[in-house]
Amino acid sequence: MKYLLPLLLLAAPAWAGDAARGRRIVEDRALSACLLCHAGPFLAPHLQGNIGPPLNGIGARLGPDELRLRLTEPARFNPDTPMPAYGHVDGLHRVGPAWRGRPILTPAQIEDVVAFLSTLRTP
Amino acid sequence: MKIWASLAAAVLALSAAISPAAEPRRSGYDDSSRETQAMQDDDAGNPAFLWVRQGEALWDQDCKGCHGAAGTLRGVAARYPLFDPRANRLLTLEQRIVQCRTDRMGAPAFAWDDERLLALSALVGLQSRGLPLNAEPREPFLSQGEALFRERIGQLNLSCAQCHEERAGLRLSGATIPQGHATGYPAYRLEWQGMGSLYRRLRNCLNGVRAEVFAPDSPEAAALALYLAVRAKGMRVETPAVRP
Ligand code: HEC
Ligand code: HEC
Repeated sequence: MKYLLPLLLLAAPAWAGDAARGRRIVEDRALSACLLCHAGPFLAPHLQGNIGPPLNGIGARLGPDELRLRLTEPARFNPDTPMPAYGHVDGLHRVGPAWRGRPILTPAQIEDVVAFLSTLRTP
Repeated sequence: MKIWASLAAAVLALSAAISPAAEPRRSGYDDSSRETQAMQDDDAGNPAFLWVRQGEALWDQDCKGCHGAAGTLRGVAARYPLFDPRANRLLTLEQRIVQCRTDRMGAPAFAWDDERLLALSALVGLQSRGLPLNAEPREPFLSQGEALFRERIGQLNLSCAQCHEERAGLRLSGATIPQGHATGYPAYRLEWQGMGSLYRRLRNCLNGVRAEVFAPDSPEAAALALYLAVRAKGMRVETPAVRP
């Protein structure tokens, strides 16, 4: 037990995401903002955006590591991407006081979103 | 023969590919539904005229003594924001109206969202309806405004330009992103069920990207309004517009 905990913390990621929680996070636009830009098999289709590609079937196209990287380092794939880098606060300007110093999603929430996106397999 | 035909076709295709570069600017009106446009086109059906009527009453009571009939203000709103050498600052039309109240009438200032301020600015704006926007591109304010327009801001790390220049016409959530030309303010917005100034519109966009909201009488607000006005130079004043 004494040795198990540090071992668990070393494994990346340290916690497994929960797909049901991930769905709620993606559908909560005031939290994640995903649906401002993306559409997909989610609540309220008329309130979904088309700034990014639709997320239908994304779990069949990208594995969990690739999905995580698209969320946390979107600029790696397109330096001019409008998509925010989830999990980061560095390099942000004029953030409103209610959000200052906090990333949009915590690392645990990002894992939940990755777990949920992985379940989207129907194109 | 065949060569000439395909050459002509190639030239045609080429010129078609080149000409959209001079893409015309679109106001929020052009991107609105037929119903919203019809509401704006008909003064009797445009809810903003409730504010215009209130503005006429206020004008007669408080402003007419110095300015005469409201109709003498044709062209004024189209020149704002403008630099006031006496106050040594850039003023939006709303700020000018508040300045008139405090400095010349000795009355307390209006709050930025006071219905009376909306009423008076709608009345003054209406006097310029149909005229081309014509603000002076005054430095350093213009460059300050443009820098704000292009800076990535807020927790979502987006700039005004990323939405209004690069992604106009796409859908953000349920809304079509307009080019962001401030041609019709103050405007009646269906989502607000009420009238709002350009400042209120900017607050919405700033909140949308989770950015700091600058104060209504801040240099930022005036500089950004000037940049928008110069960016829309030559487009027609639509005040009071109706927006989704
Ligand atoms: C402000 C716009 C915006 C927001 C907010 C946003 N995205 Fe994106 N996203 C994009 C764009 C644009 C792309 C396409 C990549 C590019 O060119 O930038 C993209 C790409 C992606 C991709 C890769 C898609 C593919 O087919 O390769 C995934 C996965 C993704 N986003 C998921 C999300 C999730 C989940 C969220 C919320 C937690 C989110 N995005 C929030 C704009 C956004
Ligand atoms: C994430 C996208 C986004 C960003 C960033 C953004 N806006 Fe907007 N803006 C919108 C949308 C969407 C609307 C239209 C809302 C509607 O019709 O319901 C809008 C409306 C406007 C309008 C009204 C246009 C009209 O026709 O009445 C102006 C002016 C404007 N924005 C200016 C700005 C400025 C200045 C900034 C930067 C401080 C900014 N916006 C940042 C999405 C954005």
